[in-house]
Amino acid sequence: MAALLDVRHLTVEFPRQGRAGTDNSPAQKLLAVRDLSFNISAGEVLGLVGESGSGKSVASLALMRLLPPQARASGEIFLSNESHSGRELLSLPDEEMRGLRGSRIAMIFQEPMTALNPVMRVGDQVAEAVLVHAKGSKSEAWSRAVAAMREVAIADAERRARDFPYQLSGGMRQRVLIAMAIVNRPQLLIADEPTTALDVTIQAQILELLAELRSKFGLTMLFISHDLAVVSQVVDRVAVMYAGSLVEMGSKHAIFQSPAHPYTRGLLKAVPTLRTDRSRPLETIEGTVPALHAVPVGCPFESRCGYRVVPCAQEFPPLVEVSPQHWARCPVVNGVIA
Amino acid sequence: MSSAAISLGRTARHNPLASAGVVLVAMFAIFALFAPWIAPQDPANIDLPSRLQAPSSSHWCGTDELGRDIFSRLIYGSRISMLVGSCVVAVSLLLGLIVGSIAGYYGGGIDRFVNIVVMNAFLSFPGILLAIAFVAFRGPGIFNLVLALSLGGWVGYARLVRAQVLAAREREFVEAAKALGASDLRVIVRHILPNIIQPVIVQAAIGMAGAILAEATMSFLGLGVPPPTASWGTMLNDGRSHLFDAPHLVLFPALTVMLAVLSFNFIGDALRDFLDPRSRIEAGL
Repeated sequence: MAALLDVRHLTVEFPRQGRAGTDNSPAQKLLAVRDLSFNISAGEVLGLVGESGSGKSVASLALMRLLPPQARASGEIFLSNESHSGRELLSLPDEEMRGLRGSRIAMIFQEPMTALNPVMRVGDQVAEAVLVHAKGSKSEAWSRAVAAMREVAIADAERRARDFPYQLSGGMRQRVLIAMAIVNRPQLLIADEPTTALDVTIQAQILELLAELRSKFGLTMLFISHDLAVVSQVVDRVAVMYAGSLVEMGSKHAIFQSPAHPYTRGLLKAVPTLRTDRSRPLETIEGTVPALHAVPVGCPFESRCGYRVVPCAQEFPPLVEVSPQHWARCPVVNGVIA
Repeated sequence: MSSAAISLGRTARHNPLASAGVVLVAMFAIFALFAPWIAPQDPANIDLPSRLQAPSSSHWCGTDELGRDIFSRLIYGSRISMLVGSCVVAVSLLLGLIVGSIAGYYGGGIDRFVNIVVMNAFLSFPGILLAIAFVAFRGPGIFNLVLALSLGGWVGYARLVRAQVLAAREREFVEAAKALGASDLRVIVRHILPNIIQPVIVQAAIGMAGAILAEATMSFLGLGVPPPTASWGTMLNDGRSHLFDAPHLVLFPALTVMLAVLSFNFIGDALRDFLDPRSRIEAGL
């Protein structure tokens, strides 16, 4: 099946203002995303996991072309269509990109408390998503907004639509944000940690809702999270990011059952389960993430890796196919370098 | 809505100055709107035999050097003050909102140019000097007066709006609106401005006082509305030569200007307290 979204060699850099006069080193830059390639087939859910600062949110903003103006994104992002075989988003004129945002690619934000305009009725905010993209009357947009709110299981949607955000609970607001995202039936939904700000029971409800919408509308989703438990519930495939690079990608089963990259292994070992021996301290990964303005030329995980060999520090390892459709950026554990 | 009305009522009781301000402003507004029905006499009616009369039951504020009824002239003068004041505030506010939003939202070079070059250039002149120069070039008249006073007035609003927009554009719902595909104009008008308008309203209320004072100043200098139209500043200037033999010629217009300025300042202060949640909590509202 052809990929709906095909990201090739996406790199995002933030130039840093050099402190003039203090040193004459060349202007430093932050390497937020480094040579990221992945694709998502129609109807599939890809989980993008990684710790804070690993570049997953920056990557998603790059897909939406909503990066801050000083960011430099390079690479190619193809979004395919039923009719023709894909447009490259990074080179699209601003006006065309704006037409895609919210209609073909939609985004659910992390913080339901702040992602809604506090002085606008929530129904108007959902209706705005309709009005921005389709010519039509306000009342039409309003009824579509109410319908979308009903689809995300908001009880008494007609009345709720007239509420202001402060009158809704966090879970309710997240539902409104989801309604805003799906009201135009996008092909691709980017969910940037949609459940992080919610407590566990509401989190479960929202995940259930996303699963429901997915089967109902055949949504393709990029699900960004640092919560492995949540990811294991919703996604088909997982991509693991570390310090801006993709380190491993494979089916959910492959990643959780037989992780190949040392980082993924360490990460999974560090997750406590009900069977974890509580008398022992939790597993950790020694060391810290490299600073983004000084990402090593070689493998970013090299300094913390228990499997490292000499070439690791010198060259950026390529992705190696460990087993069919399961890739890891580590030649050592995969037996390429013995 | 009713809860807002209740807390407004409470604010009024807690803040008698604000209530006085509202009452006075309402009075001036009614004077301005219904001057022909309220004024006891024609403000331009010259009656030389009864010139320079002290206040009496037939002329509540006395008569001026041409025998015109000062009370009637004050009532008609509120038309000019209110009209010029509100037009100046409206024009400055509009300009300030546009320039401030553009500078704050787009930032970068546009912001640097507008903020540093344009705004500082305007701020480096006293507003009244700009206005005098403008009227000296264009000639007196209500339209020119409004333009002249707006010329110095918009910068304050632009600076305030710019700073507020700068903070608001980083808020997440702005990004969410962009992610929906909303255009810049839509983001600014529908999402940013409604969220920053409160301090702007306060500034506009206080700006109204400044505009009334500026209008009186310009009229006093003879650069305002040409005679015989009654204006508080013109009346002050006319009465100047009779300061000692008929002080009421100066006293009543001066009192009126003072009351108008004071009432708008009271309202501005009260609005600031009312719209700022922190001071509402302190007041126990």
